[in-house]
Amino acid sequence: MWMIWKSLMSETDLLLWTRGPGFQWALGLFLLGMALRGFELFSLGRRRDLAAPRAHSPGSGWRTIFTRSLPKWSTWRRTPATPLIAYGFHIGFFATLFLFPPHIQLALNIFGFSWPGLPSPLIDALALLTLLAVAGLAAGRLLDPVKRLISGFDDYAVLVLSALPLLTGYFAFHHQILSYTLMLALHILSAELLLALMPFTSLVHFATLLVARWYNGDIAGRKGVAS
Amino acid sequence: MSASFERGYHALMEVIDAPVASFFMSCVHCGLCAQACLFYTETGDPQYTPIYKLEPLKKVWLHEYTLFGRISSRLGLSKKLTDEELAAWSPLVYDSCTLCGRCSMVCPVGNDIAYMVRKIREGMAAAGHAPQGVIEATQRTIRLGSPMGIKLQALQTQIRAQEAETGLTIPIDQQSADYLALLSSMEIINFPEYLGSLARIFKQAGVSWTLSSEAFEATNSGIQIGVSDIAREIVLKIVNAAEKLQVRSVISPECGHAFTALRWEGPNLIGRPYNFAVVHILELLDQLRAEGRIKTDGQLDTPLTFHDPCQIARRGGVIEQPRRLLGEVAADFREMEDAGVMNWCCGGGGGVSANPRAEAIMIKAFKRKKDQLEATGAHTLVTACANCRIVIEEGLEAYDMNVKVIGLTELVAEHLKQEETS
Amino acid sequence: MSDKLSLPAILEAHGISRREFLKFCGSLAALMALPPGMAPSVAAALDKAQRPSVIWLSFQECTGCTESLSRSHNPTLEALIFDAISLDYHHTLQAASGEAAEAARATAMKQFFGKYLLVVDGSIPLKDGGVYSTIAGRSNLDMLQEAAKGAAAIVAVGTCAAFGGIPHANPNPTGAVAVSDIIKDKPIINVSGCPPIPVVITGVLAHYLTFGTLPELDGLGRPKAFYGESIHDRCYRRPFYDQGKFAKTFDDEGARNGWCLFELGCKGPTTFNACATTKWNQGTSFPIESGHGCLGCSEPNFWDAGSFYNPLSAPIPTSNKVVLGAAAVGVAAGATIGLWNRHVQTQARREHVAVNVDDLEKPHE
Repeated sequence: MWMIWKSLMSETDLLLWTRGPGFQWALGLFLLGMALRGFELFSLGRRRDLAAPRAHSPGSGWRTIFTRSLPKWSTWRRTPATPLIAYGFHIGFFATLFLFPPHIQLALNIFGFSWPGLPSPLIDALALLTLLAVAGLAAGRLLDPVKRLISGFDDYAVLVLSALPLLTGYFAFHHQILSYTLMLALHILSAELLLALMPFTSLVHFATLLVARWYNGDIAGRKGVAS
Repeated sequence: MSASFERGYHALMEVIDAPVASFFMSCVHCGLCAQACLFYTETGDPQYTPIYKLEPLKKVWLHEYTLFGRISSRLGLSKKLTDEELAAWSPLVYDSCTLCGRCSMVCPVGNDIAYMVRKIREGMAAAGHAPQGVIEATQRTIRLGSPMGIKLQALQTQIRAQEAETGLTIPIDQQSADYLALLSSMEIINFPEYLGSLARIFKQAGVSWTLSSEAFEATNSGIQIGVSDIAREIVLKIVNAAEKLQVRSVISPECGHAFTALRWEGPNLIGRPYNFAVVHILELLDQLRAEGRIKTDGQLDTPLTFHDPCQIARRGGVIEQPRRLLGEVAADFREMEDAGVMNWCCGGGGGVSANPRAEAIMIKAFKRKKDQLEATGAHTLVTACANCRIVIEEGLEAYDMNVKVIGLTELVAEHLKQEETS
Repeated sequence: MSDKLSLPAILEAHGISRREFLKFCGSLAALMALPPGMAPSVAAALDKAQRPSVIWLSFQECTGCTESLSRSHNPTLEALIFDAISLDYHHTLQAASGEAAEAARATAMKQFFGKYLLVVDGSIPLKDGGVYSTIAGRSNLDMLQEAAKGAAAIVAVGTCAAFGGIPHANPNPTGAVAVSDIIKDKPIINVSGCPPIPVVITGVLAHYLTFGTLPELDGLGRPKAFYGESIHDRCYRRPFYDQGKFAKTFDDEGARNGWCLFELGCKGPTTFNACATTKWNQGTSFPIESGHGCLGCSEPNFWDAGSFYNPLSAPIPTSNKVVLGAAAVGVAAGATIGLWNRHVQTQARREHVAVNVDDLEKPHE
């Protein structure tokens, strides 16, 4: 039986591939995609605004990049669920990604600097909460008529893409479902898949929202409005 | 030439720029824009979701300006925009959108959706899918001089009436006056007191001003239908008249889209900055107040509230000025909830009130303003846009509400110290 | 030549009582995770055991595996197993050398054809016709193929024989491969480790002697009894991993408090061996207990798995060619599409025909 195994890739070989060439390919595709989309976007340019801007304005492009992260009060009042679940997802995802010591080791290895992390049991709980938020996001898309109308294949696919590293990471940490070696390999593979596909899906918003918010704030700011 | 799908498609290709691309790339389909749009909140119909209105534009962007979009359309994996789709989107783009820009304020990734609706209308109109009512208003503007068909004669009649009313001369075609005042058709026909109010206020404040017989119409149907070529023609009339009279500044009247057209879009339409400044009447009145040149006497003590016209406040930046003016003349001024830049649209701007096809939904959407108004407990509403006034008055009638609607300029003029105005 | 004495006789000769022998069988059974009731079967089998012939071939190896196995300070029962077998050929342990040794091997292979146990340590180089490791002028490959023909089973001792080991590591200049890469038609047990734990070898041999079959093997052909659990799952420092207490350097406070060595490169989570339970030097200690992370030496390619001091979550340094190449392609593709976009947009704007009020309606049919 093990001869059949050996003829395919073994678990260890898969893990070594994800930690070696797999990482190179994922990073490479990510950079390729970001370069492509960056050119796609900025090549279209923006005509210079010839209308005289207001001399003093509470608003600006840079300001909106930050302030747009806070929902407007009337949005909170009307529909707190959507921003809450979305924030729960983002905060949980980034916390498990950036504050888990083994991940910080990855950053130290690539960038040369590190930062303090959180205790593993806390990360563990956060991962579960984040997965709950993913379920909430999925439910929202299916149940809310507005989201259902405007959601497409991409919107559901990125939910799966985002959930896989969380799920596989959780199972790897707890040594559940599959052997650690295989689970870790799948975890790294799912993270690499996410990284590689980011520029080609709506996940590219992680970068383009900075641009969109800047344009928004700039257009409004010139008119004297803080958007 | 006439309208055609090819012209429409080409227009859409022309208007797509980097901001549009960044908006489409960033949208994560969260649907929060719907919660900010009164056409959705008062109907519960998801098709009115603001970003959904832009599907045709998104298709053009995908297929003409992205690598994967080009490849997939060439491989037949996705279909390009069709005339049928564009036509189907006309009610979404024209009937259920006033370009109020509330959606642009709440989008978490920063999309300026109203910016894009303005652009998609270029394609719609060139393809012949603008609503009949708006087309006719635009045709009247160009062929007759104003969207409601008002010609110089009608204006001159009103001028004479107001001169008789106020006992003041209303200057016209005065060379080198400081200010050129413009009017909107709505004011000329329905609220001519605006003109008289200007005369009285400027007399007291000692402002040198004039009208122009060659350019008195500020309303810009070109903006509303979404055809920059036509909008340019309308603005050029004003620019030429202003530069001919060598005025220092042009006053945009109590009309929302007129301000947007002249102050913000104008220089970009004609391709150069102006040789004069543009101010909204509220900006000028507030400036005069601050300089102590307007003296008022007494205050209205009935509770009143203020409706912020979208193009003047949120999309124009004139937010505090009306409040400071109201502070002079109102004893019991109550703000609505969401007052200021986040105020809700009256539902009739941006061509909607000129579009009979949109009447039903406009009345439905008005319920948002109705709820805001009722919550204040006031039976007097002040605003600074003639179109908002008409739309609100119609809505109040439809809902059988007993509320008086006044224009702010009029309100100020009514409280001027008497000795100064004879 | 092989001695025909049975195991019980040997034991008696060495002054080992029957009781001690049965105790050994009990502990051996426990070691192999057999039910306690099987201890008598082990004893019975060893009683009857006719000392099978064992041919031990040492190829491209460092002799560390033999050192590990044969190191004992006083005669141990493990060592006695070697008396239970007839070790007919072993470079280090046999008395004969040269032609005499080769002759002994040939004779044993002929006499016990189909029945002898073949033990291999070291990898087998294949490059350039296998010249990089030869014995008596013959390549390892040649010798292995000949010896495998008459073997009842093959035990690949050490990571070199099991997976290729050190010589197999990048760039593998000798073309070293594992036994299982060459022999496809014989049962093979991989006893990996660099070196393997002594009692693991004896446990495997005892199993074979007792049952005449191979023990249950995992996906890499290693006996599950010894390689079924990862170091991480049996590590005494695991609570620290679970709490997120990691030593950052080799002599910091965390290290001195015995905290988890994940950040210092411990490969415990992906390494399967008995080190954490059975330990080394008769249960004295094992690397983690001594303060150094597990190297992962019983796993394939552990030499190429990135530095021993890089944590598992860090990437293995490989060439940056792919990343740089992909980025370059991205920039090139981006610039191309950027120019194309510009062109299309400019063209559309240049071709603009002014829309006037007569153009707002389609021609009526």
